[in-house]
Amino acid sequence: MSVKVEDKLFLNRYRVDEESHLHIADPRVCTVQCSDQPCLYLCPANVYRLEKDRISVAYEGCLECGSCRIGCPHFNIEWRFPQGGFGIRHKFG
Amino acid sequence: MDEQFDVAVVGAGPAGISAACILAEKGVRTVVLERGEYPGAKNLFGGVLYGHDLAQIVPDYRDRNCPIERNIVESRIWYLSRNGGYSLSYRDRVFELQGKFNAFTTGRARFDRWFAEQAKDRGALILCSTVVTDLLRDSNRRVIGVRTDRPDGDLRARVVLLADGINSPLAKKTGFRPEPKPAEVALSVKEVIGLPEEVIEERFGVESGSGVTVEILGDVTWGMNGVAFLYTNKRSLSVGIGANLLHFSQNRVRPYEVLEAFKQHPMVAPFIKGGKPQEYTAHWLAEGGFDTIPQLCGDGFLITGDSAMLFNALHREGTNLAMASGRMAAETVLEAMDRGDFTRRGLEGYGRRLQESYVLRDMKKYRRFPHLLQEHKEIFTTLPELSSLAAREMLTVNGVPKKEKQRAIWNAVRRKMSPFRLLGLLWDAWRSVR
Repeated sequence: MSVKVEDKLFLNRYRVDEESHLHIADPRVCTVQCSDQPCLYLCPANVYRLEKDRISVAYEGCLECGSCRIGCPHFNIEWRFPQGGFGIRHKFG
Repeated sequence: MDEQFDVAVVGAGPAGISAACILAEKGVRTVVLERGEYPGAKNLFGGVLYGHDLAQIVPDYRDRNCPIERNIVESRIWYLSRNGGYSLSYRDRVFELQGKFNAFTTGRARFDRWFAEQAKDRGALILCSTVVTDLLRDSNRRVIGVRTDRPDGDLRARVVLLADGINSPLAKKTGFRPEPKPAEVALSVKEVIGLPEEVIEERFGVESGSGVTVEILGDVTWGMNGVAFLYTNKRSLSVGIGANLLHFSQNRVRPYEVLEAFKQHPMVAPFIKGGKPQEYTAHWLAEGGFDTIPQLCGDGFLITGDSAMLFNALHREGTNLAMASGRMAAETVLEAMDRGDFTRRGLEGYGRRLQESYVLRDMKKYRRFPHLLQEHKEIFTTLPELSSLAAREMLTVNGVPKKEKQRAIWNAVRRKMSPFRLLGLLWDAWRSVR
């Protein structure tokens, strides 16, 4: 089953920061050392996407759960909270 | 911000606000630092809050316009296979509106904002849009304040209360508690689905203002260790599934695909039919239980709520444990202020309070429960189908004698599971909850 997560993220309210709060520390680790690439699956917002030769980071839709930080087998994701007041803003919660 | 506070609270959630209410009421100079634009902006739970611990902080919460969606009068448990499943429900007149709420549904964006207002009324300062990025320490490693992402953002306090939730980069950075391992958290995704008030009442068979909770186990988590839920709000339903984070990555399964399939399950679909999705969110649950609770205090700091991994997975209790721990932390701080001792020894009363209360007694009682789910995958894999087969066979009238049906069921069970395994499950299940 293919589910478009974009339709879900579109429901949410965000205040998007200009700068990403998520960084891949060493992109080579993803392509050379990481065969499983669990970030492509476990992220509930599909922030991490496989491009031709790298993994892109669509931080704008991040739900700030932290799963990628602890789920990356190489601890290759530098994760901080968005700057105060930025990121997702729950309407209902 | 070189102002001196008595207490700096990290995070305006149920734990932090509970503490701030009690402290501010006693005249303690309290500041709460919240990274969201408003309290609740970042906070999330399944949807059920309990009245008891809230009343300990704000006894007249109902008169103070606490945002309540529905009072819970009935709890259901479903055990589902792919095409159907069992339902067990309990309703009681005792839970009907009679002055006090046992449990009610709410949304955290509104509830936490309201709760923070109560702390503000009592004199606490709530600083929003402020991320705490580090703890300040003196030369003896004693915590003496917090560093924030505001310009000039160091803030000193006599004691720091960590109430920043389970996803805490601050914990990782400062080491006040170890970063959870993927096996120790469940990742839960939730969708709020809007429906007219009367439709909800008709579908769940409740009066206006009353509601139902449904906790769901079985095939719905695709063999992963997890749960799903369906809760009634006033004009929406909270629909969610959660599973062990390690299982998501091992099984290469996307959380929103499991959620979407769950919404189409024949037991679920009729309840949400025609509904309009309004919000999609994600959060961790502290699944590790008693054995993952960190050292609860140190020199100059205390840890509360989800930050301290206080969560009772079996009874889906978390916010109440957060409120209770926040209250006990505040009581301990008051004691420490009288003595002027904010060292670990001076704050030890906090651990003692928690141990004597239902918070740690319950968590201790169920300390084996996380292992039960880890060691008995069949609860999520083979058992849902087998149990459904048994009911389906016995309920289908097709000319086959019942004795033969029983034999067929028993043979199917034995093909999938040894009788020893089944006995082992029952024994372990009993031990994990006794």
